[in-house]
Amino acid sequence: MSTQGTIIKVAGPLVVAKGMKNAKMYEVVRVSKENLIGEVIELHGDNASIQVYEETSGIGPGEPVTLTGETLSVELAPGLLTTFYDGIQRPLKLIEEEARSPFIPRGINVPALSRSTKWEFKATKKSGDAVQEGDVLGTVQETTLIEHRVMVPPHMDGTVKQIESGSFTIEQIVATIETADGVKEVAMLQKWPIRIPRPYARKRRPNEPLVTGMRILDTLFPIARGGAGAIPGPFGAGKTVTQQSLAKFCNAQVIVYIGCGERGNEMTDVLKEFPELQDPNTGEPLMKRTVLIANTSNMPVAAREASVYTGITIAEYYRDMGYDVALMADSTSRWAEAMREMSGRLEEMPGEEGYPAYLGSRTAGFYERAGAVECLGGEDRRGSLSVIGAVSPPGGDFSEPVTQNTLRVTKVFWALDAKLAYKRHYPSINWLQSYSLYVDNLADYYSKEIAEDFVANRTIASGLLQEESKLEEIVRLVGTDALSPREQLTLATAQMIREDFLFQNAFDRVDAYTSLRKQYRMIRAILTFMEAAQEIVEQEDFDFKKLQSLPAKEEIAGMSFWPEEGAEEKFDALEKEIRQQIAALKAGSSNVSVRQQEIAAAA
Amino acid sequence: MSTAYKTVTDIAGPLLIVKGVEGVSYDELCEIELPDGQKRLGKVLEAREGLAIVQLFESAQGAQTEGTKIRFLQRTFEIGVSEDILGRIFSGSGRPIDGGPEIVPEKKLDINGTPINPFTREYPDDFIQTGISTIDVLNTLVRGQKLPIFSGAGLPHNRLAAQIARQARVLTEEEMAKGESQDGGQKAGQEDEKFAVVFAAMGVTFEEAQYFQREFEKTGALSRAVLFLNTADNPVVERIATPRLALTVAEYLAYEKDYHVTVILTDMTNYCEALREVSAARKEVPGRRGYPGYLYTDLATIYERAGRIRGKKGSITQIPILTMPEDDVTHPIPDLTGYITEGQIRLDRGLHQKGMYPPIIPMGSLSRLKAKAQGEGKTREDHSGVDAQLTAAYARGVEVRELAVILGESSLNDIDKAYLKFAERFEKEFIKQGEEENRSIFESLAIGWDLFMELPKAELKRVKAAHTEKYLKKRS
Repeated sequence: MSTQGTIIKVAGPLVVAKGMKNAKMYEVVRVSKENLIGEVIELHGDNASIQVYEETSGIGPGEPVTLTGETLSVELAPGLLTTFYDGIQRPLKLIEEEARSPFIPRGINVPALSRSTKWEFKATKKSGDAVQEGDVLGTVQETTLIEHRVMVPPHMDGTVKQIESGSFTIEQIVATIETADGVKEVAMLQKWPIRIPRPYARKRRPNEPLVTGMRILDTLFPIARGGAGAIPGPFGAGKTVTQQSLAKFCNAQVIVYIGCGERGNEMTDVLKEFPELQDPNTGEPLMKRTVLIANTSNMPVAAREASVYTGITIAEYYRDMGYDVALMADSTSRWAEAMREMSGRLEEMPGEEGYPAYLGSRTAGFYERAGAVECLGGEDRRGSLSVIGAVSPPGGDFSEPVTQNTLRVTKVFWALDAKLAYKRHYPSINWLQSYSLYVDNLADYYSKEIAEDFVANRTIASGLLQEESKLEEIVRLVGTDALSPREQLTLATAQMIREDFLFQNAFDRVDAYTSLRKQYRMIRAILTFMEAAQEIVEQEDFDFKKLQSLPAKEEIAGMSFWPEEGAEEKFDALEKEIRQQIAALKAGSSNVSVRQQEIAAAA
Repeated sequence: MSTAYKTVTDIAGPLLIVKGVEGVSYDELCEIELPDGQKRLGKVLEAREGLAIVQLFESAQGAQTEGTKIRFLQRTFEIGVSEDILGRIFSGSGRPIDGGPEIVPEKKLDINGTPINPFTREYPDDFIQTGISTIDVLNTLVRGQKLPIFSGAGLPHNRLAAQIARQARVLTEEEMAKGESQDGGQKAGQEDEKFAVVFAAMGVTFEEAQYFQREFEKTGALSRAVLFLNTADNPVVERIATPRLALTVAEYLAYEKDYHVTVILTDMTNYCEALREVSAARKEVPGRRGYPGYLYTDLATIYERAGRIRGKKGSITQIPILTMPEDDVTHPIPDLTGYITEGQIRLDRGLHQKGMYPPIIPMGSLSRLKAKAQGEGKTREDHSGVDAQLTAAYARGVEVRELAVILGESSLNDIDKAYLKFAERFEKEFIKQGEEENRSIFESLAIGWDLFMELPKAELKRVKAAHTEKYLKKRS
């Protein structure tokens, strides 16, 4: 069987070769003498179209193409965490060592995972145990945070014939399993094709929040563990800062962060910061739970297309171990553009704005890999994979195809707004446009775990923001004086919600992360202020300035900087103060009016 | 010498189709000899069995299907570099045009470069003082950053770029420690550092190119500058090579010779138009407004060639200039640029018409790398707070101003009036400055604190209370 073809055309990342009768769709091939990595994406009789994951300059017709027989896969084993990969799972650190240069040369061949590192494997099954696909055979402490669970590969059932604990490399056999088709050997290293979702037993309804510490997200537009969300926004609105905050603070156990066609320096930033930052839940460096994948905008475009699949397959693997995994993809628009570029070179009939007609189905296929699941295996493990994709619509216009196709399949929409960013209101997520369809799913959790009236307060707060936008239109036409005192109070309260609650400084140590409980207390404090004030604003000749200049208002403005520890008492004290100070105003103003009546009577 | 083919069958715009070729590879450089003996450069856009599509870097004028010879040079487009390149002026395709000799190359480099491994990058966090308040305080430029100027036709982007190139320097340790500038901020920072400017002009007018040349001569910077000039009357397709030539030289100087290089690319709009012309000639499926679908990727291969590398002394700071058609920031060129670069300096026609120089508008301008280049140890502790407060207050002031137009100023409440006054003073005292005026960061911050006096203290929510205590002057 011939495993070699000949190039007949090269145009950028697209190579066409003849003599490829034996090629399979999505098979990995080696292109030219330089051994560039490519993938078969179209077959026409004897000819195959290949997308090449490296720069093709200097490659010409007549050069060979070699079939490898494998589809594009990722390697799965201990050692994934803390590693920084490119779009086709080559560790960038090894590339540097191999290339002895700060640049990425072509044709470099490095293993995704170390073949020589030995891991301490602890068997949790013993010989004679009946096992099925997904069962945990043993564990490896991969990092201080994550215990790696070595599972029976999918589609394998039988009895453990032999298994032992000890120190192994990922390629050594740790167990043998007697199956219906003979004895199978299991090593820690497993491979999985990136374009095929990993199997699970069944999906569950996501009903626990992915706590992010970002107040606007957790309180107003929460995402569930196992949910899918989109952050579209024009450039400069803060997509990347939001994604990075999520990666830092969300309470998932494993993070996969994909820099897809974005800036090199952003990845450097993550790489520099994550080893230093502590996981708020465990105090360990964040890097210990993170896998980074970078295909920056100047790296080959075909590998950009593959990078999101590489990332999500690794994420699914940890989900299958029973972890809560969160995946951030920044930005999925670049992924879509990579598809468009390949489609254009294949001379396919374009759909909207030049994107291929399958943009919608590919997008849906990607986000649908998110979910809360019951894992394979007889051990009742549950895992979840939350996917948060940034979208970069041209000109910030949300009507473009990538945004629209994404919104059809995601349930959370965090709309970034350039106008807010101009005002330096961060996170610049528009509270009128954004939505979350998980609010109802999560209501039970919030009222049980945080507070009975969490959801009710949330509804009041978002109602106030809606009303504010209506009132502001009136103000724009006729001025503030036309508003009733009650309406003025609404404006003042909404302003507090915006400036003292929603505004959050991602670069301040305390402010960057707020627990759900503290978020609840912050909202409650603001609403306490409003309720208390409602009684007095209606009084005749009430001076609104007095209310605005209460010391308690300044306290409210400082709430976000209160450390979590001891915050509870401070909030109790604050609510008391609010009531007292407003009550004093009430007493004071009624005294004044009594005096005025006296003066009037005297006159 | 390799075979010369005389088998050109089609010529369309900047494209040639050659048949019967053998051993041609993608992206290969070729030399085209016209029937009258003139030579042109081109590169292979598509290599097929027995056929090559060649894109000319120079004009196709005079080319014929009969008699035109084409040679494939078995290498990609390269430029010879050595340190002698400093002080020289080249055409947009890399030929010396200053009457000087050819460069004796130390080495030859592929102008397409190779992507920097993100793992080897150093995060840029060194503050560059440009002497311009709106940049230093609000949109801090960082060494190794790519920060474009979004301008419009008729706005003073060239003057601004020249001013930045002239005044840019780093603070000395002493200045950082003391929190004040030395020598009135005129003296360059670290003496032992080497600086260079690489300038690439694409399709600009002769006068604009002259302006930069004169500026560099006037300040004595020409001896440490390299200029690549493709003026409006030069071939359009040549522009596709120009920025790549400039960046290849910059990479050589920065990463092999330890220079801190500032690269000025003007005007990126002309570059993109050249790209569109080639794409249209190839009859590719167009993306938005006729620009090719790969415009983002193509621009990224230019802009991403900025930064710092771990273990290397030098750096590349990129200041691309682009004129937004109709001042429209959602036009594909500024739009895609903004998605790749680390922020943008946006010039505003309204401010320009009011006579403000430099007309940098805080709303819409941004430096993404500023967070780590502001504050203690970089500039001064209160920097980020002042930045956020000034921008937020000015944005509010502008809103109030719009409101006042509808309702009349008398209908404003006291706080709104304060913001209005703030916005007026902000424009006149903070934004506006002289073209020769070189303000130190500390002077700029002082102006900021002076402006905060217009606002009630309770409104200063973005600055830390301790800083307010320390820097805000007591009201008389």
